[in-house]
Amino acid sequence: MADNLFELKVITPDRVFYEGQAYMVEMNTSEGQIGVYKNHIPLTCALEPGVLTIHEEAGATVKKAAVHEGFVTILKDSITILAEEAEWPEEIDRHRAEEAKVRAERRLNSGDGQYNRLRAEVALKKALVRLSLTK
Amino acid sequence: MATMRAIKRRKESIQSTEQITKAMKLVSTVKLQKARARAESTKPYFEAMYTTVAAMLAKSGNIMNPYLQSGASQKKAIIVITSNRGLAGGYNANVCRLVMESGIPKEDALLYTIGQKGKEILSHKGYALASDYSEVINAPLYSDAAAIGKEILQAFADDQIGEIYLAYTSFKNTVTHEPKLLKLLPVEMDTENISREEQLTPMNYEPEEDEAIGRIIPKYLCSLIYGALLEAAASENGARMQAMDSATSNAEKMIDDLTLMYNRARQSSITQELTEIIGGAEALS
Repeated sequence: MADNLFELKVITPDRVFYEGQAYMVEMNTSEGQIGVYKNHIPLTCALEPGVLTIHEEAGATVKKAAVHEGFVTILKDSITILAEEAEWPEEIDRHRAEEAKVRAERRLNSGDGQYNRLRAEVALKKALVRLSLTK
Repeated sequence: MATMRAIKRRKESIQSTEQITKAMKLVSTVKLQKARARAESTKPYFEAMYTTVAAMLAKSGNIMNPYLQSGASQKKAIIVITSNRGLAGGYNANVCRLVMESGIPKEDALLYTIGQKGKEILSHKGYALASDYSEVINAPLYSDAAAIGKEILQAFADDQIGEIYLAYTSFKNTVTHEPKLLKLLPVEMDTENISREEQLTPMNYEPEEDEAIGRIIPKYLCSLIYGALLEAAASENGARMQAMDSATSNAEKMIDDLTLMYNRARQSSITQELTEIIGGAEALS
């Protein structure tokens, strides 16, 4: 079934996070969750903090990773994800993520100007993504 | 001829200097290898980012986006990346000279400095300083680059500055480092290198093209700043390694010369003593 596979690359500023063939990729874009197979129309979209799910083959086990903010370029037979941060579940520090979650929630409740609110929302999203992966 | 004691003291002082320069050379060699590996690991990200942005701009040639035009302000921001410490040959001076000779008038320039040395030299010359991030150059992180990029883009959005430049030392290889001045904003890109096939592929954008450009360009800038930081760190260590290497070989040469002088002085003093003894003995007999 090699015809169904496409090239997937996930790159962060510090390393090439993932490179290989994949059957389907699910991710969280700014417009909502999408899943992409081969021969998708060309599309560039912004990523929000979310879980990236990589299906390496149809029906096979999936790989999950936390991806925070970035861009994805989808072409007919390749997908390139440029992420500012990307982590495998085993790289996530659960304790730190929990602390970040509590901190972000406190900031949201205290209501300190709009700029801080946006930042706290992003921080909360990141923390929730990390926590959802380490359960 | 200088006395034997004076020569010996001078030789010892040069020897201890040589020990220091030798140690510094070894340290910067190790640091260079590390910095170089980091600079290389960020290349794939930057290249992918560059192709994406270039393709985007090539296809949307006539789009009006604030990031693609000079701001109203006359002020030009320059991010200057130098080192915190000296003893690196012409490394810092070259970057500063590049800024001074860039044709940007002193009154219009607003500096964002990274590295103590550049900050000292340029503020002494009368350049205005907006802010300083000297502490990040020792171990640059992506979040540092993002913070710098954010502040500078905020200033651009508030019309405090009209254009943004970046002055740093690009790392070619261990022996060649080249000071460079890049124009960051408004974005100017060489779109001719993109293949025809890529230009013809219609691309859809989510969110809308205009908003997508507005979101991707700040990221592009941050990746440029981050890449420049890492390359500058590698260049700094390369420059220091070279400077210390030539200092060590100079010291070795001086020690050789002084050893020769010392031996001559020793021999002539022995000869003199002998002549004196013989002369004295002859006078007695």
